[in-house]
Amino acid sequence: MTKNVNTSGNDKKTLDLVSKRKIFYIISAALVAISLLASLFGVDIAIEFKGGTMVSYSFDGEIDNNAAKKVIEEAIGEKVNVQQGDMFKSDKKNLVISLVSSEGLTADKQSALTESLETAYPDNGLEILDSTNVAASSGINFFTKCIVAVVFSSIILILYIALRFKRISGWSSGVCAVIALLHDVIITYGAFIIIGFQINSNFVAVVLTILGCSINNTIVVYDRIRENKKLMPGASIEDLVNTSTVQSVTRSIRTTVSTIVTMIIISIVAGIRGVSSIQSFAIPLIVGMTVGTYSSLLLAPSLWVSWQKASDKKHPSKKAKA
Amino acid sequence: MKKIKKPIFFIVFLIIISFSYTAIFGIKYQYGDIVSTYIKDVSDIRLGIDIQGGVDVTFTPAEGVDATEAQLDSVKEVMKVRLASLGITDSSVYTDPDNDRIIVRFPWQSSESSFDPEAAVKELGGTAMLTFRKGEDSTKDENGEVVPTGEIVLNGEDIANAQAGYQQEQDGTVKYVVQLEMNAEGTTKFADATGELYESGGVISIWMDNNEITAPKVSAHITDGKAIMEGNYQSYDEAKAMADKINSGALPFTLTTSTFSTISPTLGSGALDAMILGGLISFAFIAIYMIFLYRLPGFVAVIALIGQITGTLAAVSGYFQFMNSSTLTIPGIAGIILSIGMGVDANIITGERIKEELRTGKTLNSALETGYNRAFSAIFDGNLTVILIAIILMGAFGVPDSLFAKMLSFLFRWFGTTTEGTIFSFGFTLMVGAILNFLMGVLASKLMLGSLSKFKVFQNKKLYGGVSND
Repeated sequence: MTKNVNTSGNDKKTLDLVSKRKIFYIISAALVAISLLASLFGVDIAIEFKGGTMVSYSFDGEIDNNAAKKVIEEAIGEKVNVQQGDMFKSDKKNLVISLVSSEGLTADKQSALTESLETAYPDNGLEILDSTNVAASSGINFFTKCIVAVVFSSIILILYIALRFKRISGWSSGVCAVIALLHDVIITYGAFIIIGFQINSNFVAVVLTILGCSINNTIVVYDRIRENKKLMPGASIEDLVNTSTVQSVTRSIRTTVSTIVTMIIISIVAGIRGVSSIQSFAIPLIVGMTVGTYSSLLLAPSLWVSWQKASDKKHPSKKAKA
Repeated sequence: MKKIKKPIFFIVFLIIISFSYTAIFGIKYQYGDIVSTYIKDVSDIRLGIDIQGGVDVTFTPAEGVDATEAQLDSVKEVMKVRLASLGITDSSVYTDPDNDRIIVRFPWQSSESSFDPEAAVKELGGTAMLTFRKGEDSTKDENGEVVPTGEIVLNGEDIANAQAGYQQEQDGTVKYVVQLEMNAEGTTKFADATGELYESGGVISIWMDNNEITAPKVSAHITDGKAIMEGNYQSYDEAKAMADKINSGALPFTLTTSTFSTISPTLGSGALDAMILGGLISFAFIAIYMIFLYRLPGFVAVIALIGQITGTLAAVSGYFQFMNSSTLTIPGIAGIILSIGMGVDANIITGERIKEELRTGKTLNSALETGYNRAFSAIFDGNLTVILIAIILMGAFGVPDSLFAKMLSFLFRWFGTTTEGTIFSFGFTLMVGAILNFLMGVLASKLMLGSLSKFKVFQNKKLYGGVSND
């Protein structure tokens, strides 16, 4: 499909995308299914959402965070996050190891952790300060509120689109836009899990960004359909949508290229500087933006066409108006 | 377009450039070692723990207190609101119900001189119990600290809202005060007490924990549940700090600090430098990309984008006096990236439309005119929907007292208070960016391009991506 779009420069007017809409539905359904199924294989959730254990040590001298992280992960076989800082009221530094777990750290693991650090850094005078089992700092409440916020946003979006896009039967376009949006968000979530990035506050940021991006993209295409509806009064729904989509392709691709290249630059710089955490932000964004461009050009307009056709069948009298 | 005269370009250009310059470098005056800041610059932006690290404090309840899980949860919410009213929107608060501990992490850099973490931590751990008492009686405890003993009339839970305000004195000076509004229960209690004390000519004293704020003589029977607290505040900010403290609510017990240290960024050190470098290279790329694709409209777009980016940074740094500075976190940066993306998009939509119009053989002026007009509806709807989403996010995850939170409280109050600063930060930068998009991406670029097109040298249609003049 993408091949067709890319080579569309010369034969813009003859491109019939809408007739291929079943293929888009299959692709989208497959991507959504893969994304949802992937969570069965385990989701790596950050300590702020799941709770876990924070163990802190005091030490002298220098310890490299990344090196310490490797030592610990090898010793206890779990992913950890290592941070350090200066103690107020004393010259020592402290090292904070955070582990995600719902049961808390067993005594065995804790001693394995301490031992591995003491072996690796015998001269730093490591001393355990504190071991705390923390509850999730953003727990169920946070997620419920996120879902309420998303549902409420969806309702507002549908209302807004219904109002502003009356000419192209607003309600159906609003619902199709929201379906495309959820599609993008689910696939972005899938990208996070399949690549193996942790679900943390970066994830929340990425999902929100995709939400905004996706709705903007869809609206630009709708805007074209709305305009062409006035300019091409006798055209069939298929012609209307095909023409509008093709007219939006250049803009969509150029905008997407600008944001995706930006993200690629940022992940390369982050990679060179060894800050992998930024990549867990940039790479899923690339996936989400690509999917968002696809869904706004091909999925949302196709859904809208199917909807219009279905409602024409139900109320054939309206067909004359369409 | 016809109305836009030649000099407009230079005026808009100068405004954007001088605004951007002051937003990035600020206006500061150095005399000896003392630097006075007139306008805050980008280095005044408070960065989140995820980017630049911060302070890590562990609190434990005072000895002999066995906190329940519900109490710890309420402590967590009070802490988050207190942090947010200190301008710290990015904080993590963890609770450990097994060991009765509360871990608070908030951003702070040791180079910051305007913020004292030790004082802040002391504020955070205080119970902040506001009490109205009959009379002014107090004793001293074994440590020699003053403890009020008067009969409690009402406490902080009876206050619906506290607000800082001004009061004009008879001699013309202005006094800063805190205005209190009580809830139904508080109103009844206060009316009973003032009624009784007015007759006996008594005094009501107001205490914040063990500090007496004021002790006015009761001069009327107050039944409307409103009171004004004169607390000898030196500035509006001091009065506001007190009002914030009352609004955030009281802790069920005193907390003591058990560990207190700085902490490195959650993203790993070097994240900030990598992001700044990546951002600069990306911007250079976008500039070349836009100019290459759209020539003159592209060039104008780049100037407008500079204005949009620095404008968003200015809103975060506290450049505008009427806006408090806030914390910039990774989600906040995501909001900026998204709004820049939409700014680029607005310019691409317009650029494409101008090209299309030129291809149909229109004159330059009418192609520009229709190009901007036709592009506007898409830009308008796209940005407005994004602003709506931003407002919903700010309402859902902001401090309960903020404007949008109040607006949407009809919905979100059913789901408990969860102040999540990082998401608020996203909504904030996104909203500011999208609003600036109208100002820069639409208005400023239209003015600049319209004015440039009046110059002979810029009248070749090739410069706008169209066919050349014959």
